[in-house]
Amino acid sequence: MIALIDYGAGNLTSVRKGFAAAGADLYTPATPADLRDATGIVVPGVGHFAATAALDAGWRGAITSALGRGAKLFGICLGQQWLFQGSDEDPDVPGLGIIAGRCRRLPPTLKVPHVGWNSLDIRRPSRLLAGIAPGTQAYFTHSYAADVTPEAVAVTTHAAPFASVVETDQVFGVQFHPEKSAAAGVQMLRNFVSLCSPSA
Amino acid sequence: MLSKRLIACLDVRNGCVVKGVQFEGLRNAGDPAALARRYNLEGIDELVILDVTATLESRQALADTIHAVSRELFIPLAVGGGIRSLDDAEAAIEAGADKVSVNSAALIDPALITRLAARYGSQAIVVAIDAKRAGGRFDVFSRSGSTGTGREAVEWAKQAEECGAGEILLTSIDQDGTREGFDCELTAAVSTAVSIPVIASGGAGTFQHFLDVFTAGRADAALAASVFHYSEHAVSELKQFLDSNGVPVRLQPV
Repeated sequence: MIALIDYGAGNLTSVRKGFAAAGADLYTPATPADLRDATGIVVPGVGHFAATAALDAGWRGAITSALGRGAKLFGICLGQQWLFQGSDEDPDVPGLGIIAGRCRRLPPTLKVPHVGWNSLDIRRPSRLLAGIAPGTQAYFTHSYAADVTPEAVAVTTHAAPFASVVETDQVFGVQFHPEKSAAAGVQMLRNFVSLCSPSA
Repeated sequence: MLSKRLIACLDVRNGCVVKGVQFEGLRNAGDPAALARRYNLEGIDELVILDVTATLESRQALADTIHAVSRELFIPLAVGGGIRSLDDAEAAIEAGADKVSVNSAALIDPALITRLAARYGSQAIVVAIDAKRAGGRFDVFSRSGSTGTGREAVEWAKQAEECGAGEILLTSIDQDGTREGFDCELTAAVSTAVSIPVIASGGAGTFQHFLDVFTAGRADAALAASVFHYSEHAVSELKQFLDSNGVPVRLQPV
């Protein structure tokens, strides 16, 4: 069972359809307790970092407990930013902090927001990116982005390099929208679904 | 490097594509989902569905079309034509649109842009501007180009950005339908005045026109309808042409 957390940051129709194409029917937990049987948790989101404040202590505790049971966590766009310690977009709102590093505004030497297709510079082997060709492009729409930390398996550059894909043993994140990144994006969703299956 | 986007516009009326399509092997040329599928295979970067009638009766057909296209295509999908309220936007977005495009209603009430952006995020809000040359300036028209507004295109684009627009879809009324090239001067004037992406529209006829609008016109994306219908491989050939001329594009993985 893979949970899609709806904390009010954007419409989830496209994420849901993307996962449906990847073979998974995601459920939406009404309360943190509904994460008890989740083998995978997707934290989506678009918009301002302040919106992640809705992921309060209850959610953070339930997500941390799920990780303790071996569940996988997947942050998409704002959801990936939330995996880090925080964002300059709203310094008062802490991120989950599972990855050491921060999110910063992209430098204004190019147009910001960064909107459109940009390439993934894949730096090391990744389970989330299994089957993804080097130089594959993905669809981005954001103004803030995460530091390139050791967890970055792919880096993208728009005025400055940033972590476009992060991965640890159980935690995954993408700054772009896999559900809008054509066949390659659906492949990544499929990879995550496989990682969440009990046999994985 | 960020790619320049090619966006195909599907003009639909009551669930059918209006403009003629000549793809071989397309079982139903008027079916938006079939055409969208075709463009996707060709490597189009984004789709716009424009409801050219935008009547109450066509609303359900539009929602069905959005649903059918978004169920199988995983590229950004914008919907425009008759979006006048939060309810109109909600219907399109719930059906599967990633972005809505507003035009006349935003000219009457610019705060609509702010309300839409607050609800769905700026990335979901495209402000469409139809502009026409008038002496040394570019006048904005509403209601499908029929009504003058007294606004100037560059100033209106800046205001739309301040209100929360995520992108500008800029159509040259002078060039639209001529196939004689985009209005690069208009596009560059707006694109350099705002920090949000500008999608150029109106006048596409040749591959060179796209190269011109991405270089001289400073466009972030270019939208066309009929030019992509000319041949089955127009999109992929155009991308190869742009790539060989130094314009960054998303090429299909081999």
